[in-house]
Amino acid sequence: MTGNEAIAEGAIQAGCRFYAGYPITPQNELIAYMANRMPDVRGIFIQAESELAAINMVLGAAAAGERAMTSSSSPGISLKQEGISYIAGCQLPAIVVNVMRGGPGLGNIAPSQSDYFQATRGGGHGDYHSMVLAPSSVGEAYNFMSLGFDLADKYRSPVIILADGILGQMMEPFEPQTTNHKPQTKPWALTGCKNRKPNVIRSLYLAEGALEKLNLVLQKKYKTIQQKEQRCEGINLSDAKIILVAYGTMARIAKSVMSKLREKGKKVGLIRPITLWPFPKDIFKRVMHNARSTKFLVIEMSYGQMLEDVKLTVEAKAKVEFLGRAGGGIPTEEEIMKKIKML
Amino acid sequence: MNKIFTHPKYLRKISTHYCAGCGHGIVHRMIAEVVDELDIRGRVIGIAPVGCAVIAYDYWDFDCTEAAHGRALAVATAIKRVRPQNIVFTYQGDGDLAAIGTNETIHAANRGENLTVIFINNAVYGMTGGQMAPTTLLGQKTATTPQGRQAKLDGYPLKISELLAQLPAVKYIERVSLHSPQEVLKTKRAIKQAFQNQADNLGFSLVEILSPCPTYWEMSPEKALDWIRDTMIKEFPLGRIK
Repeated sequence: MTGNEAIAEGAIQAGCRFYAGYPITPQNELIAYMANRMPDVRGIFIQAESELAAINMVLGAAAAGERAMTSSSSPGISLKQEGISYIAGCQLPAIVVNVMRGGPGLGNIAPSQSDYFQATRGGGHGDYHSMVLAPSSVGEAYNFMSLGFDLADKYRSPVIILADGILGQMMEPFEPQTTNHKPQTKPWALTGCKNRKPNVIRSLYLAEGALEKLNLVLQKKYKTIQQKEQRCEGINLSDAKIILVAYGTMARIAKSVMSKLREKGKKVGLIRPITLWPFPKDIFKRVMHNARSTKFLVIEMSYGQMLEDVKLTVEAKAKVEFLGRAGGGIPTEEEIMKKIKML
Repeated sequence: MNKIFTHPKYLRKISTHYCAGCGHGIVHRMIAEVVDELDIRGRVIGIAPVGCAVIAYDYWDFDCTEAAHGRALAVATAIKRVRPQNIVFTYQGDGDLAAIGTNETIHAANRGENLTVIFINNAVYGMTGGQMAPTTLLGQKTATTPQGRQAKLDGYPLKISELLAQLPAVKYIERVSLHSPQEVLKTKRAIKQAFQNQADNLGFSLVEILSPCPTYWEMSPEKALDWIRDTMIKEFPLGRIK
């Protein structure tokens, strides 16, 4: 099963019964898988006329109480930003999968991590965040769909699965986690107002102070998410002098470098953020507390986007170095080794 | 003595924000009446547009959602597919349905989504201050056509209903008007038909309603109605289109 197919099947196992999407490389296996699979589970598949339509269909399905998702790749995700902002403002749960490719503009179809800012900073208009999960293997891609829907429902907030072209296309065996999805009751959903007061889904608040009030509700929610939902993997941190920081596909390469250097006795560790928003700040703070002489090397398939979060977290109390390539370039093991030698 | 007219059950008893002589209030009322007459209040879901009717859900007493400008029919498509037992309608203006949302409109119609569309054509953008709409008449002055709409620069009034009538999956399209009590009654019948069609699973139904905007037409409410009768229906002829 490819990463793209694992995402689709993971979503279906997590109870997703609505998918709308528009073809774009490198995530076409995902939309095709959904077209085949949704009828088996009496779910709904729609090939939308555009990314704009697809994300707004997801908004409609989520408003009607269904577990709903869409998927795309970088240029298509840019088109969805307005809809994601509405989903956040309307406090609806939904998943948006971005199998990132090279940018800016039409870019190319090579893997990339250049949409980190867009995913973690909101991306559309207004003060909002999506929770962002970054799988690093096909198995995680599968399992994060269930986690993603649970988080989306829990916080009534959009969740972005941030993958890249390599993860989408590659195949590897994995153990699926069993999920016990029970459809939740959503008393706020649009079902028709039989025997209850009407429900309204909206993000428009014109009365004086009303929008500020909504924003304060959102900010409170984001604070809770930042406190409770940080996820990451930390390896060999207790004695590490150099800590590599990488996520997704890039973390696999970084992990391999770390293992090779450990064999040579070099004290290298790895922090792999799994939630990119909320950024896993706590693990950095713990590491810094243990060893103030630690150096961080952030490695990305971009020109330094997660780097900013690491710097904000480290607050200039440790040295933060960077290695990155984008537009189809991927930092190689040799390049990483060379960079580490220079630290 | 029989009571033959009253405030509709499912229209909240509050003042609307609409200008004097605006058509929105009349259409809101008729939708509320139809929801009552067809006894569908417990299963109707409305989609409010971006435009003057953006807070229509404050007036209707049933489930509603907002939609981004132009995207009402994408939102409606999903709601109806997820909940086919519900009655789902969009309420959209000319800018929403025939400019920024043309793509969603054509494709929802072409898929034959079993939806009801109430399309308010007042030939102008109201909420933003009277700019040119896709349905603005040639020569009509607006904030963005100060010399009047010119075909050479701005193209022609877009007859979206006639365009949609070409699509095989579209079941019902009628153009009606609010310019006289008699026409208002015809409008009510068309709205009811469009909702009934959905209840009968017949498919995509759209009612285009020529509606006065005295404020941005810079006319008295009475003159605005006369303008529909004497000028607008020459460009947008009334009657069953499909």
